[in-house]
Amino acid sequence: MAVPVDVHAEVIANTRLSADYNVLVLGAASIAETAQAGQFVMVRTSSGTDPLLRRPFSVFEVIRHADQQSPYALSILCKRVGVGTARLFDAAVGDRLDCLGPLGQPFTPVAPPVEAWMVAGGVGLAPFATLTDSLRSAGTTLRLFYGGRSHTDLFYLDWFEQRGVALDLSTEDGTRGSRGRVTGPLERALAARPASQKLMLYACGPEPMLKAVAALAHASGRPSQVSTERIMGCGMGGCYSCVVRVRGDDGQAHLVRSCLNGPVFNGDAVVWE
Amino acid sequence: MKADLSVRIGSLVLKNPIIPASGCFGYGLEYADTVDLASLGAIAVKGLFLAEREGHPPPRIVETPSGMLNAIGLQGIGVHRFIAEKMPELRRLGAVVIVNICGSSIDEYVELAHILSDVEGVAALELNISCPNIKEGGIQFGCDLGSTRAVVGAVRAATRLPIIPKLTPNVTSVSSFAKAAEDAGADAVSLVNTFLAMVIDIETRRPKLSNVMGGLSGPAIRPIAVRMVYDCARAVRIPIVGMGGIMSARDAIEFIIAGATAVQVGTACFVDPFIWPKLIAGLEDYLERHAIARVADLVGTLQTGRA
Repeated sequence: MAVPVDVHAEVIANTRLSADYNVLVLGAASIAETAQAGQFVMVRTSSGTDPLLRRPFSVFEVIRHADQQSPYALSILCKRVGVGTARLFDAAVGDRLDCLGPLGQPFTPVAPPVEAWMVAGGVGLAPFATLTDSLRSAGTTLRLFYGGRSHTDLFYLDWFEQRGVALDLSTEDGTRGSRGRVTGPLERALAARPASQKLMLYACGPEPMLKAVAALAHASGRPSQVSTERIMGCGMGGCYSCVVRVRGDDGQAHLVRSCLNGPVFNGDAVVWE
Repeated sequence: MKADLSVRIGSLVLKNPIIPASGCFGYGLEYADTVDLASLGAIAVKGLFLAEREGHPPPRIVETPSGMLNAIGLQGIGVHRFIAEKMPELRRLGAVVIVNICGSSIDEYVELAHILSDVEGVAALELNISCPNIKEGGIQFGCDLGSTRAVVGAVRAATRLPIIPKLTPNVTSVSSFAKAAEDAGADAVSLVNTFLAMVIDIETRRPKLSNVMGGLSGPAIRPIAVRMVYDCARAVRIPIVGMGGIMSARDAIEFIIAGATAVQVGTACFVDPFIWPKLIAGLEDYLERHAIARVADLVGTLQTGRA
């Protein structure tokens, strides 16, 4: 895995997707070049000391000029929830933000005939654009189960459709796709496929959703990989704040640092709180 | 000519006074790709008990204005795994290792000191008698003068390694604890550990940390920490390792002027893991600008008379 670097990255674009969500394009080419799907960056939202700590974000897109192989930027998908993310929501083109990465363990890819089913809740869409790009090049069949509170919380649908990803949408208020949680369509789809069809489930979203996806995968005899989210202090293994309870090779459950051992874990290994 | 950055802590000579703080730098190897560990004065590794410890459940940190609270609960791999799994690589990388030791009894501190005295590459012991986040040890020795003397004295008798008790600011007079540590045979004292603090979520009326309370660190505490280092420097003759919210070379220099021979940096490394060469270069620049040949000549040079 690439050694992380800290880039004083220019904000190349800030696209507001809704009243709470935005996509920031950051000129962090050296991180974009080496980042693998599922890895994250730590972004400093202030040049001062308030807020003090960086915020973790999945690498959303790796961005290339149409005619060039090597990327010039990466983007992050942000949801405004606090002081730090509010600053990112309001970031101006030309601002500079310190961006540290790539960090963490990436998703383990699959190849045909194994299908990749991605399950995203809300801002949990973030790691699936890069995963789509990396799996698509191998010809893997891709499907995205994507849920939000309302139709205004679902983004980038065209982006995924253009790349041949089959979409199963759901909203809690029923304004788009199935009414209810994202796990409803997933459960039905799993039941509709023969047990002989090999699948890998990839999930990112709220912890109850990850727990439910891991349980559904397990019940159908399929493996899963879940991308966890924790309050994270450093992203480098220094602070021990981002721990997740995971069953190790010794069969015992241990609190492990999601910045180093994760954020992606085998769904069967996580001991849900 | 470049200034001489070397400093002396007891029998230990450090090439410069910059030390990553215990609890903020893992066991050092986490950062081996981002900093040359041998370029640092020393590294203070995460606090170790004899046995492995799980620590507190998350959430373990919460951000505050210009600071953060932590209640990690001293999660750790225990001294035996540390020696077997971490020390060989730390030795290979040329790190000067200060091992932070924690005990729930004086006997545990003594046993840790015995074990670590025979380990090649261990340069000094920092005695954690100040962690605010665990009930059964640590701070109980750091909030009572008699207990501080007893644990420092017992470890002194058990090892020839330099010993550096790490003091808590959560007492009325830190300098009296520094004096007690000196009297009991400490080679230096390090201060401050974090300030016991809490943050409440007013919507849920619940504490933001699973442990309810945690230790406040970061630039928010720096002026108090500088004052405490200054107080201690006037009370003892042994060197002081100063810390508390150092974010830049300027901040480190402030501690040195107040009386610190060396400094530890913790929270700042969370924000910038590449801070170390910047701190060292900033210190060199300052000394050159002020025509000071040795950083040791800057220690405790606060001018309090009329300018």
